[in-house]
Amino acid sequence: MHVSMTINGADVSHDVEPRTLLVHFIREDAGLTGTNIGCDSSSCGACTIHVNGEAVKSCTMLAVQADGQDVTTIEGLADGETLHPMQQAFHECHALQCGYCTPGMVMAAVSLLDEVPDPTEAEVREGLEGNLCRCTGYHNIVAAVLQAAGGAR
Amino acid sequence: MSSIIGNRVLRREDRSFLTTGATYTADVDDPRLAGAVHATYVRSTMAHARITVDASEALGLPGVVGVFTAADLDGPTVLPGMVPAFPEPMLNRPILATDTVRFVGECVAVVLTELPVQGEDAAEAVFVDYDPLPVVVDPEDALTDEIVVHTEVGTNLAVDFATLGMATGITDDAFFADCEAVVEGRVSHQRTSAAPIEVRSTAAAWEGDKLIVWMSNQGPHGVKEALQALYGEQATGGIQVIVPDVGGGFGAKIAPYPEDALLPWLSATVGRPVRWFETRTENMNAMGPGRGQVHRFVIGGTRDGDLTHYRLDVLVDSGAYARIGAFLPMFTLPMAVGVYDIPNVETGARSVITNTTPTEAYRGAGRPEATLTVERAVELFAAEIGMDPIQLRRLNFFRAEDFPVTTGVGTEYDSGDYEASLDLALEAAGYDELRAQQARRRADGGPLQMGIGVATYVEVTAGPAPGGDEFGRVEITPEGRARIYSGSLSHGQSHMTTFSMIAADRLGMEVDDIDFVQGDTDLVPHGHGTFGSRSTQLGGSAIHDAAGVVVDEARRVAADLLEADVSDVVLDPEAGGFHVVGSPSVTRSWAEVAAAAEKGLLDAESQETRLCSYPFGTHVAVVEVDVETGHVRLDRMITCDDAGRIINPVIVEGQRHGGIAQGVAQALMEEVSYDADGNPQTTNFADYGIISMAELPFFELVPLETPTPNNPLGVKGIGESGAIGSTPAVQSAVLDAVAHLGVTHIDVPLTPRKVWAAIQGA
Repeated sequence: MHVSMTINGADVSHDVEPRTLLVHFIREDAGLTGTNIGCDSSSCGACTIHVNGEAVKSCTMLAVQADGQDVTTIEGLADGETLHPMQQAFHECHALQCGYCTPGMVMAAVSLLDEVPDPTEAEVREGLEGNLCRCTGYHNIVAAVLQAAGGAR
Repeated sequence: MSSIIGNRVLRREDRSFLTTGATYTADVDDPRLAGAVHATYVRSTMAHARITVDASEALGLPGVVGVFTAADLDGPTVLPGMVPAFPEPMLNRPILATDTVRFVGECVAVVLTELPVQGEDAAEAVFVDYDPLPVVVDPEDALTDEIVVHTEVGTNLAVDFATLGMATGITDDAFFADCEAVVEGRVSHQRTSAAPIEVRSTAAAWEGDKLIVWMSNQGPHGVKEALQALYGEQATGGIQVIVPDVGGGFGAKIAPYPEDALLPWLSATVGRPVRWFETRTENMNAMGPGRGQVHRFVIGGTRDGDLTHYRLDVLVDSGAYARIGAFLPMFTLPMAVGVYDIPNVETGARSVITNTTPTEAYRGAGRPEATLTVERAVELFAAEIGMDPIQLRRLNFFRAEDFPVTTGVGTEYDSGDYEASLDLALEAAGYDELRAQQARRRADGGPLQMGIGVATYVEVTAGPAPGGDEFGRVEITPEGRARIYSGSLSHGQSHMTTFSMIAADRLGMEVDDIDFVQGDTDLVPHGHGTFGSRSTQLGGSAIHDAAGVVVDEARRVAADLLEADVSDVVLDPEAGGFHVVGSPSVTRSWAEVAAAAEKGLLDAESQETRLCSYPFGTHVAVVEVDVETGHVRLDRMITCDDAGRIINPVIVEGQRHGGIAQGVAQALMEEVSYDADGNPQTTNFADYGIISMAELPFFELVPLETPTPNNPLGVKGIGESGAIGSTPAVQSAVLDAVAHLGVTHIDVPLTPRKVWAAIQGA
């Protein structure tokens, strides 16, 4: 099937098998490897991206379902050389170690603040519990999201 | 200029991770991998069976380049183990199972396809006929040898550490005859999955007679050594192992696996590069889990709290083959008595084979097991003699003024102040107020009861004793920049930042003037990698020493340029280089000195062997237990962890956080489990209770620095401390919350079902 979508502002079109997951389309057809795969049960959130501005685990969606949609991945978040405030907060709070969960975590966190601009600690922990990290104990991730929220206030 | 050491320096490596997701093995875009085929392994679905494999149907499917079974292999057929103390059939893992499978997940065939998705289809079309054999899953059952996994060996006992001289051996009751009080118990340390968010991933290519392997691993040089043993004769052009960015290891990615070891043969056989990455389900079934020990202890002493005798008998579940997990008593036994001055100790340890996934190292690797058991023993002994367990700890700690000390098992601890860590942690926790709150809850008699748990630990890093070495190299380029090379390998530990700080301090440069190289055996000639919390002690010290040699050499070159005596030349960072003491107006920069050196470059290497060290600390956990449902909520986690001198508090705190979370997860929820037929019950992140941020609070960290004399930096390891102290603290807290109901022990993980059942059964 032929699928076309916008990824990080660029038009991307490819012929794909109908069963192709969006995450595979992004990695293999669009060649954007910042979006990672960490599980096969939609549990880990490493593949979280934005579709039309909302966080989606890109393993839960078929590429054909994203046909005509507007997709943003971690590669599209920064404004040129200037990091997005969430990326900056992750850096300043040491919220990443091995970095594998980071793209998905950052994308999910940006989306969380769109919905809940001034979250409590508990709201961050509940809002991002579908994104797993094995390195940080989540401490600095929660701190980074709260810092980014504070910066937006 | 004041030293950068000890400053809060943000990571230099962050940007690519944050903006492009860095480059993990599956992301590598290298011309040498152009046209690669994809490998998909066909795995056993039974825990113990005779097999016959029929691959004919798969061969005709779209995109299939080849299907191979053990019968097709004309290269390496087994992957030897790392420790040659075991019978060969247990030690040497078949790369593809021949006629018998011994655990669910064992590789029986491999499919090569043009696309990964075609591999999944083709693997399902490889027909494996299973003739089931009896299964043994429980290590205590395995000891009876009623069902033997490796029939050619005739027993499931892989190794008895007493016969290796690594344990004293277990005697009889007379050992405790002089004790006024004796308590015994059994402590289970469940299997846990390292669960790095990046699964295993490897690629292999041949460039003529040179083999190049990319791999998600914790140390490329160990991989190269293993591949050299398998492919050395064929790879006359050498072997290059490249470790790109790695999405976590935690001990499970130290040694190569059969899946990795076969790729070079596959690549040579089909004449194309081969890439492999697994699914999470494959990872849960086939990457080695950690822990998997069962301990029996006896502790004895006087009724006024003098601990005098201790026995630790360790049983290790090796899984179907003897890998790193089988040998971890080498870390457990030397740490058996922990922080306690117990003079009379006897130890035993055996590793047995079962029909489960072979165990590997996992964060702490043998030391969390020693700590959990001795802390449980101390808690139960305190209850027996009616003493506050904190008081019992104080009475039996090694005292700060007595270091270095030799323990009852003969281990020499370098430095420590255990009581200081206890006092600091209790003060930060507000311990007395917590006890008052708990008393009020108890008096109210509601369902939500509070528990407070304390654990004091000591562990060994850069071990086992006596220690180890790591490679470091420092170059000064003609541009006046430094390039540092390390045989250690950051896979999240932030070496680029920490090691740059060490070099910057020594060279009088800015951190940003330093480039960092790791993870390529063609660029870094020697090395070991990152595991056992060894990196800063060994790898950092090597950089420190090499940089020192470079400075000395630079002073000699500068002395020529300045026409001065070398003893008068100083490195003055504020003046921007080298000058005669007291005359900063005539200064030669690093660039000038490097350019003037004989080679046009200044360089030095170091790889000295150094002693291991013994970090320690105290963890305090505060939990709420719903005594009607057994549900546990962790409310607070206060830790005082002493890792000697701190290079960068930002990184050290991050290491502590991560370790604490994994230790809490072991205490409360994570367990790799099997049914009686050896079928794994935790095959993905939906089944396996991997801890999320919703189950954790912010951690409260208390600093303490007791430098070690065992390396020039005074640093100890910090990577695993969090996972060692937190599990016993949380376990004790939960048991404390239900102690008034008559519960004395529950094994980890303290799931609601187990806590509820213990309350009901009390």
